[in-house]
Amino acid sequence: MSALNTPAHRPRLSLGPILYLWPREQVLDFYAELLETPVDVVYLGETICSKRRQLKPEDYWELAERVTAAGKQAVISTLALIESDGELKTLKRICADERFMIEAGDLAALDFLEGRPFVAGHSINLYNHRTLAFLAERGLKRWVMPVELGRDTAADLLKHRPEGVECELFAFGRLPLAYSARCFTAYNRGLGKDNCEFCCGDYPDGVLVTTQEGQEFLSLNGIQTQSAGTHNLLASLDEVRALGVDLLRISPQSKHTADVVRTFADCLTGDLDPAEGTARLSGWAPSGLCDGYWTGQSGYQVGMPAAIG
Amino acid sequence: MELVCPAGNLPMLKAAVDNGADAVYIGFRDDTNARHFAGLNFNDKQIAEGVKYAHDRRVKVFVAINTYAQPNGWERWTAAVDRAAGFGVDAIILADMGVLDYAAERHPNVNLHLSVQGSATNPAAIGFMQRHFGIKRVVVPRVLSLTQVAHLIQETSVPVEIFGFGSLCVMVEGRCLLSSYASGQSPNTFGACSPASHVEWRDTPQGQETRLGGVLLERRSHGEAAGYPTICKGRYQIGGELRHAIEEPTSLNTLDILPDILAAGVSAIKIEGRQRSTRYVTQVAKVWREAIDACKRNPQAFRPKESWNQILAQVSEGAQTTIGPYERTWH
Repeated sequence: MSALNTPAHRPRLSLGPILYLWPREQVLDFYAELLETPVDVVYLGETICSKRRQLKPEDYWELAERVTAAGKQAVISTLALIESDGELKTLKRICADERFMIEAGDLAALDFLEGRPFVAGHSINLYNHRTLAFLAERGLKRWVMPVELGRDTAADLLKHRPEGVECELFAFGRLPLAYSARCFTAYNRGLGKDNCEFCCGDYPDGVLVTTQEGQEFLSLNGIQTQSAGTHNLLASLDEVRALGVDLLRISPQSKHTADVVRTFADCLTGDLDPAEGTARLSGWAPSGLCDGYWTGQSGYQVGMPAAIG
Repeated sequence: MELVCPAGNLPMLKAAVDNGADAVYIGFRDDTNARHFAGLNFNDKQIAEGVKYAHDRRVKVFVAINTYAQPNGWERWTAAVDRAAGFGVDAIILADMGVLDYAAERHPNVNLHLSVQGSATNPAAIGFMQRHFGIKRVVVPRVLSLTQVAHLIQETSVPVEIFGFGSLCVMVEGRCLLSSYASGQSPNTFGACSPASHVEWRDTPQGQETRLGGVLLERRSHGEAAGYPTICKGRYQIGGELRHAIEEPTSLNTLDILPDILAAGVSAIKIEGRQRSTRYVTQVAKVWREAIDACKRNPQAFRPKESWNQILAQVSEGAQTTIGPYERTWH
């Protein structure tokens, strides 16, 4: 068991897959920069749209080699929603490569990964012990909690988790809320998905959706709908540590991701107070911070950290 | 092709049975099903009576236990599965892998269907569910075009059910958290999208406002038609424009493509709307029964009757209907 329920327990930091369409050069520069940070695990791959091919599986494998050479764990992430034959074939090809751990985004990946070690991403619906045990018997080594589940469910699942299975929380970033057949970026540009002109490339952090009274509410990223608010668990770091969470995921954004990683890392080593760290993060969140899901409220809200002990 | 109709209570079940449903789907009065609304759904006595009424008329009954069980309520889901099995229903519609695992182990002779909330959209996902839980049918999310549905049917040995009519989910079902982002409760965790307890309607000088969990989803001029507020059908500012950024307030109607649905080899067509009225299910079941029978008799000559579309338009939510994702241009 990696969870040691002691004050010394220190979760590792992971970098989630890039959810947006960034130019190839920007992606390569991004990883060059992030490999210099104290991040422990790096997830690589396209998880949103199969039409985005500026990096191919081969490119991600090459990046994964670099991640490994930097002394970090590389994990290959896969599409959250699989509809077409082409997508299924690519997924099968990615899952057939056994050099790196793979993160399942769709149930289809479980079919291909069964019997070897794998990670279940947050878009796999793992809500209870029986599902956890069922997947653990099939090779699950780590799961990323569905983002709408809060600390009470996390505490419950962590208390009786199967031996050797790690728990990762989505700790910083715009929340992945929904997936659709429709590409909303194209839709709002008057285009269809089949002739999208890769217009999502114009929005490195998604397209902002604001309510009629000016509340920054959602961010549209191709077929994915995200929260506008940046979910942040740094304010609840003591609680997260006490629960024995193994990994905290930072979801890439176009600016300040390395700063975010360092801020989390400094709080984990005790060099920075989480409240002060959270104040820094709020300056880097395009539409402000939220953590309502964690505290059992609506996702967009900002909750109070629970009293520990 | 089976016609599967919704029933939120006993009068609706009887109306569905009397007006041509081949199967009726229902839920218990708690958060174990995706239409967890106050005053809706069945207690044990009503289920027993409903099952008898339907079975006496050779109509099947399915029980939906299609939300995701959380650790603090796990026993509610297993108890629901045991109860449904005890009533001799024709199938239990499940979404959660843990609950499926329980049901398959405890009740190996009960038919299990994978709910639309199970979010299986391809042959590999369906194959995984079939291999482990022996599912006898899959209800596919509203993300595939009809061409993709037809192809999927070729690639899987599990019979496929699709949604034909009713409210249109824009997101892949089972993986949409929009409702809980604003209200704290989602179809997965609570069995409701936009739970009524968190919806506010307010008349203001600027117009009529609808909110979910305090978030303004829509502000319309007085007199504009208003459907039930969901985040995906709200009107927002995007790129300097005020618009329905995700989808218009439309509902699904596939009557126009019924011959193609039949030709694709779809095993069952589902009508959404357990939260609707007895009048709704009466009208919709009658029209769809007539349409399916006409289409089976002569698919080439099939044209939806004007009177059918008029009846369906009267009971549709929102002013417009759409073929939705079944048509590729919708994507």
